Amino acid sequence: MILAMTEPIAQSGPGFFTNLLIIFLAAAFTENILLTRFLGMCSFLAISRQMKTSVGLGFAVVFVTTFTAAINWLLHTYVMVPLGIQFLEYIVFIVVIAAFVQLVEMVIERYSPALYFSLGIFLPLITVNCAILGVSLFMLNKQNFGFWESLVFGFGSGIGWLLAIVLMAGIREQIKEDKIPPGLRGSGITLIVTGIIALAFVAFSGMIK
Amino acid sequence: MAFKDTLGGRALIGNLWRNNPVFRQVLGICSTLAVTNLLKNTLLMCGGLIFATALSNLTISLLRAYIPKQVRMMVQVLIIAAYVIIVDIFIRAHWPEIHKTIGPYIGLIITNCIIMGRAEAFASKNPAWPSFLDGIGAGIGYSLVLVAIAIVREALGFGTLMGIALPARDIWWYQWTIMVMPPGAFFMLALVAWFGNTYVLKNESKGAAK
Repeated sequence: MILAMTEPIAQSGPGFFTNLLIIFLAAAFTENILLTRFLGMCSFLAISRQMKTSVGLGFAVVFVTTFTAAINWLLHTYVMVPLGIQFLEYIVFIVVIAAFVQLVEMVIERYSPALYFSLGIFLPLITVNCAILGVSLFMLNKQNFGFWESLVFGFGSGIGWLLAIVLMAGIREQIKEDKIPPGLRGSGITLIVTGIIALAFVAFSGMIK
Repeated sequence: MAFKDTLGGRALIGNLWRNNPVFRQVLGICSTLAVTNLLKNTLLMCGGLIFATALSNLTISLLRAYIPKQVRMMVQVLIIAAYVIIVDIFIRAHWPEIHKTIGPYIGLIITNCIIMGRAEAFASKNPAWPSFLDGIGAGIGYSLVLVAIAIVREALGFGTLMGIALPARDIWWYQWTIMVMPPGAFFMLALVAWFGNTYVLKNESKGAAK
């Protein structure tokens, strides 16, 4: 990974906001973090049983990816690259994410205790939710991202994850009573449905070039 | 006492099959599932994962008396991250071509639930040597499943194994495009979960019958 972060993207071609919109759509649909990159599967499989908790966790993820992507971009561009310590990026990113999740946790606990209890252990586990770290790492892979591009990329990826888990929760609530072979119950059928949703998302791939 | 009856031996062997994390709960598939369309990439990732799980288990176990309870998750993540950086640098040096395609996924080994799970459930409570073996067992048990998925995906999707064409490929082989695409991985994993769950259910009913 050569991490030559250049100055914010040269604004030729599509306009600034068009470009941001394209980044958003690509992150949410064609490169959906869960359905095409398999990130955030653990909490996806465990939480998608219920619509309410799915929506709660989904928004928590949107919030965290958006801000951690932006913070990590700033740290990477203005601290790590000038100092030549890019090899520490994993550690720095994970510390930023952990600190940020701690903050979100305190806010949710204060304003929505019901949501706090239903999310239970999965809130601290956002720290080790691969989707969050994944967004920061994939962001660095896109060579020409500036600050706003990174922010929108984080937001779009979070929305993509939210979409996937809400779709899944809706379907799982519907099939709860259905007759499913015992061995397939739980994770098995969830994965098959995820595969079918992923197939549907493949259809978006021609949309953005 | 035979090796398989020691604490470490039990941990090592149990993780391979009976408590296999992927079978039982489909945990920790996130980062590695993405690279299973080619066997070589999968083997590299699994190698890195076994290395990181074993050594972080060992380190966490050695330090377990000195880590304060409140910040232990953080300390564990940092230890794991340090080992993953070693893996990353190693792969970048020896397989730069592959590193270009799977680079970000190597970093994601840090957030693999299996490593954290083993650190929390086993290494933070047990002595060093069994923890080390437990890490190796969990890593290998996990790799077995992923390698199986990778073999099927590469054979059906590309008609090759480790990049070498299968024998008489022109005669019988027809490309399953879906196996190269992400949905293929989901379907394969669902099959594995089905197989694993059925096996577990059968054993449980057998145990109940006794």
